[in-house]
Amino acid sequence: MRPVNPNGSDTILAIEDLRQYFPIKAGLLQKTVAHVKAVDGVSFTVASGETVGLVGESGSGKTTIGRCIVRLYKPTDGSIHFSMTDGMVDIAQLNRNELQPIRRDIQMLFQDPNSSLNARMRIGDIIAEPLEIHGIGTREERRARVNKLLDQVGLGADMHNRFPHQLSGGQRQRVGVARALSIEPRLVVCDEPVSALDVSVQAQVLNLLADLQQELGLTYIFIAHDLSVVEYISDRVMVMYLGKLMETAPTRKIFERPTHPYTEALLNSIPKRVRGGHRKRFVLTGDIPSPVNPPSGCVFHTRCQYAKDICKTETPALRALPTDPQTQVACHLVEELSLQPYYTADELRNLEADHV
Amino acid sequence: MTNLGGDAGGGRWIRLFGRRKKNADPAARDEYQLMTVRQLMTRKFLRNRMALLSFIALVIIYLSTIFAGFVAPYSARSSDSKLTYSPPMTIRIRDPETGSFHLPFFYPLRGKRNMETFQLEYVEHREKRVPIQFFVKGEPYKALGIIEWDVHLFGSSDPEERLHIMGSDVRGRDLFSRIIFGGQVSLSVGIFGVMITIVVGSVIGTLSGYYGGVFDNVVQRLIETIRSFPQLPLWMALAAAIPPQWPPEWVYAGIVVVLAFINWTGLSREVRGLVLSLKERDYVHAAEASGASTARIVRKHLIPNMASHIIVTATLAVPVTILGESALSFLGIGVRPPMVSWGLLLNDAIKIQNIVLYPWTLFPGLFILVAVIAYNFLGDGLRDMVDPFAR
Ligand SMILES: Nc1ncnc2c1ncn2[C@@H]1O[C@H](COP(=O)(O)OP(=O)(O)OP(=O)(O)O)[C@@H](O)[C@H]1O
Ligand code: SF4
Ligand SMILES: [Mg+2]
Repeated sequence: MRPVNPNGSDTILAIEDLRQYFPIKAGLLQKTVAHVKAVDGVSFTVASGETVGLVGESGSGKTTIGRCIVRLYKPTDGSIHFSMTDGMVDIAQLNRNELQPIRRDIQMLFQDPNSSLNARMRIGDIIAEPLEIHGIGTREERRARVNKLLDQVGLGADMHNRFPHQLSGGQRQRVGVARALSIEPRLVVCDEPVSALDVSVQAQVLNLLADLQQELGLTYIFIAHDLSVVEYISDRVMVMYLGKLMETAPTRKIFERPTHPYTEALLNSIPKRVRGGHRKRFVLTGDIPSPVNPPSGCVFHTRCQYAKDICKTETPALRALPTDPQTQVACHLVEELSLQPYYTADELRNLEADHV
Repeated sequence: MTNLGGDAGGGRWIRLFGRRKKNADPAARDEYQLMTVRQLMTRKFLRNRMALLSFIALVIIYLSTIFAGFVAPYSARSSDSKLTYSPPMTIRIRDPETGSFHLPFFYPLRGKRNMETFQLEYVEHREKRVPIQFFVKGEPYKALGIIEWDVHLFGSSDPEERLHIMGSDVRGRDLFSRIIFGGQVSLSVGIFGVMITIVVGSVIGTLSGYYGGVFDNVVQRLIETIRSFPQLPLWMALAAAIPPQWPPEWVYAGIVVVLAFINWTGLSREVRGLVLSLKERDYVHAAEASGASTARIVRKHLIPNMASHIIVTATLAVPVTILGESALSFLGIGVRPPMVSWGLLLNDAIKIQNIVLYPWTLFPGLFILVAVIAYNFLGDGLRDMVDPFAR
């Protein structure tokens, strides 16, 4: 296993002003008539060994960011610096051949295990595929490695010759995990890895991912729709809306003291386990606007209950709070607003008690 | 309970192949979970009785044409000027006069000119009972084009008295034998035409689906242009362009190419659509994210997932090709004599009075019909099989 900084403080990934525009083509000559601005100027860093949650409604561009990082897409603009032994490398600029060694370090875990496993391949071959692509080991060595991986993800060696349709959803996702880990990546982009699974299986797979992270010192970018999944697994959360980051903060802070109106709205959409008293809830209405023509100014202003005139004309930058440099927010009114936390004061006290 | 035997009278023996069982019970589901994709597909196919029957029929027809020299009692060219346009001879096992039973035999036909209509009319020569023999020695031929042999599956025991079970043509050539030999051309045109279709259609379809861009654009416009013509006239125009001085083998190859010229467009579109959808599957993304080459993705992920669709489309394209060859040959712009094909044989029935006087000249049409229908049923059965998970 590669050495990993135990305190997880060095940066493994630094993304700067990432943009991914998809051209919309029309007409006989397939002229580009517009762009889907799926990711529109996103910057963040990920420290080695941490888990960063990436949260947002459907269509906010989470998957697109993930696919840029594993370089399924070549970003339209911006940089993706990834730490290699000889320093940070901007993988956004690399070509196919130059990328090849880096692909061993970054893997992706997909949302739907039905579509992420080729129905015509045996489980053993599926897991061994990355090894085969990189020409690692002999056939026997690869087989031994696959058996070890099967064991690590909690599947029996008898899975080797099975086909995906012979497995349950949870088992299939474990196969996906085994494949992603087969070439010992350092960074894994998990794209909603449990949202297609039964609720009863979700926790098992999340536990597996957490255990493997401990064991192998992995760094996760964990994409989710829903803040509740992310609360469990991530150290830090990034909230995304319409191709832009709205807020990034340590997970606890997000739940205790949201600073962006969109974060507050997402928190309000989580069903409450413990209800403390009566409180008015602000629930998001309307659909997410089209990423082809995003709203001017703050992209969230069309749905924000606090929006003022300035929000329509000026785009708020993602800035660290003066009081708390770990929290970054893109909102004009951060200082003025006092938003509703997810936990009531009572619940917080209970939580504190639990943690001690 | 499902109806075990299917339709009422419908072949009791076929049940052997298609034992049907409702799969509601958990045991059956477990069994399903343990089967491989191939097992699931085979099971699905065996359940489709029409497809299975058609498959058997096609195997028989193809084997007969491959071993045409053996199956046909005569060569395609041997003729008997005394028996021109003789009707099909009746195979009997019972003497109509005495009522006694015999091994299969036939009465030879003797022609007599009807002095009112001047037509040659045939009557059975009841004095002479000619036994029909299996594995009878007859005209020498080359089995599979190499092995010299003279044994035929069946035939007249008397070389002087020819047996025409499906009648004969204008020169007294045995129609059944000619149909069997004609099948070699008609059926192989279908196979070769479809082979070209598969290669050209899959390669172009994969390229335009995977890479898109200008190439795809050009190919799609070309396909639209080709397909905007009605099929038969386009075939005719292209077939007519084959130089008449070409030797028959070349003409045959030319016809194959002409027929494939339209079919590849359909397959290519289908493959393109499949590639467009398959390349967005996450297993392809996973392979790409691991750095798989395009060749590997095509080989490991695209082809295995498209193969069954391609086979189905190809199977359904074979009867179209067979019909195309028949139509062209029937119209006299397909394969040329001395080659024989079903369409060419049917050309004898092109005049309405021939159909009235010699209705047996329509027999080649029956073979075309059977082959075409069988291929369609087979294609349907394969189509069901392609998605073994949909139950
Ligand atoms: N290949 C593509 N071509 C064109 N548009 C795309 C493409 N991929 C994504 N988009 C568009 O970009 C936007 C962001 O998509 P993305 O899949 O990244 O969202 P997401 O946050 O992952 O959503 P979900 O939660 O539904 O997975 C969407 O509007 C989507 O329609
Ligand atoms: S900038 Fe304005 S519109 Fe945007 S989140 Fe803040 S208050 Fe709402
Ligand atoms: Mg997504």
